[in-house]
Amino acid sequence: MTRTAAPAPPPSAVRAAVRITAAPDGRGGTALPVLAGSGPLAVRRTRGPGGPRTAQATLVGAMAGPLGGDRLRIEAEVRAGAALRVTSAAATVALPGRGGEAAHCAVVLRVEAGAVLEWLPEPVVAAAGSRLLADTRIDLAPGARLLLREEHVLGRYGEEPGRITSRLTVRHGGRTVLDQRTDLGPGAPGWDGPAVLAGHRACGHLLHAAPGDGPPVLPAPPDGADAALLPLPGCPAVLLTAAAPDALALRRLLPAPAPAGSP
Amino acid sequence: MHPSTTRSGNGDGGPAARTALLLLADGRFPAGGHAHSGGAEAAVHAGRIHDTATLEAFLTGRLHTAGLTAAALAAAAADGLDPLELDAAADARTPSPAQRSTSRRLGRQLLRAARTAWPAPALDDLAAALPGGPHQPVALGLTATAAGLGPGDAAAAAAYESVNGPATACVRLLGLDPYAVAAVLARLAPAADRIAADAVEAAGDARALGPEALPAASAPLLDHYAEQHASWKVRLFAS
Repeated sequence: MTRTAAPAPPPSAVRAAVRITAAPDGRGGTALPVLAGSGPLAVRRTRGPGGPRTAQATLVGAMAGPLGGDRLRIEAEVRAGAALRVTSAAATVALPGRGGEAAHCAVVLRVEAGAVLEWLPEPVVAAAGSRLLADTRIDLAPGARLLLREEHVLGRYGEEPGRITSRLTVRHGGRTVLDQRTDLGPGAPGWDGPAVLAGHRACGHLLHAAPGDGPPVLPAPPDGADAALLPLPGCPAVLLTAAAPDALALRRLLPAPAPAGSP
Repeated sequence: MHPSTTRSGNGDGGPAARTALLLLADGRFPAGGHAHSGGAEAAVHAGRIHDTATLEAFLTGRLHTAGLTAAALAAAAADGLDPLELDAAADARTPSPAQRSTSRRLGRQLLRAARTAWPAPALDDLAAALPGGPHQPVALGLTATAAGLGPGDAAAAAAYESVNGPATACVRLLGLDPYAVAAVLARLAPAADRIAADAVEAAGDARALGPEALPAASAPLLDHYAEQHASWKVRLFAS
């Protein structure tokens, strides 16, 4: 093995982070005392359908990507009595980096008792040759309400799939009630076979936690769809999980219920 | 390295317990596994398993998802981690209520057989603490210990079981050539050994970091199959 005198220049990997904190504004609405983006990730307060009680924040990517080697981190905290809805301006498209490394995307969400979080970003698409490691960690206090949608699409339209390795961990009152990792796309053993995706190119879920007033409600999947409605163990939450040929068909299986606070 | 070279330090119980491992992994051991297809019956019904090639693809996916997760839980239980914490970790890794119920039923049946074959206070304690049945991999890990086996044996038995049951089910469901299906399992054997080794390593991590360090590998369609299958009125297998 040869050694060169000067090390190769560091890859131009991007670090970007977004932080959102939602708290009651004292007038029956929600303020966003922290709303900060860094690097190519920005976040803005936008007008949403959730009524005056709910603040809406929209994630905006100022650059293409993430590219392989990039690291994105998004943190949101919703304090007791606040209601936050988070959307994104466009789908996130993971692209291959120069060195073949993976891009990392971490989402950390914390919802206090009596707080509401609707987390409804556009899909994450893994372009051909890309590799994305996605890690979503959710901490719910007992009495927190959550509606979260995650959609993963392998390949842009008509393109070969990329690879997404994704872990979703949900804690409720400090207890882990859901811990799930999927590894999808070229290189993941058996991913395209009948146990995992069976030729589908999109999969995702709606997670709904709603304490108190009976079991949370999500529409039952239509007959014949590759979807299932799963009540999680020992907590008032359900997971609607689905797989479909493409992003559009997947979205039809994962319709978000009417926003909290709407008439 | 010759394939038959014995590895050391992977938590094997050693040659003294080899027959116990064969007995535990034998489909004729009365632990109830033969009545379950592990999602294969629903995949056959959906037309997605129809020959040995599609069976091999199904088993590859199952081994690297449900198989790895079960093997790591079994290894951790055999390694002495708190079985109740592992049972909660298994719950969190099993979002499908149908699969949770199947796993607990199989755990209860295994525990019944194990308490007769290899009586041990740890098995009695587990049965008393979880009257509805422990998750099957947790019962398997403690059974391995009671039988004089180690974490590597428990993981190997879990990994093997994750493919052997569905493969046998497909012989019955589709009338597949049993020789060809045995060849599929033989081809998967090195991958199953790697999964068991990964599971033992993860159990070692969990010893230091807690059950959160255990793999949580899952397969979307296996969850869907379990729920669909549980709703059928007529079926050949219990899951």
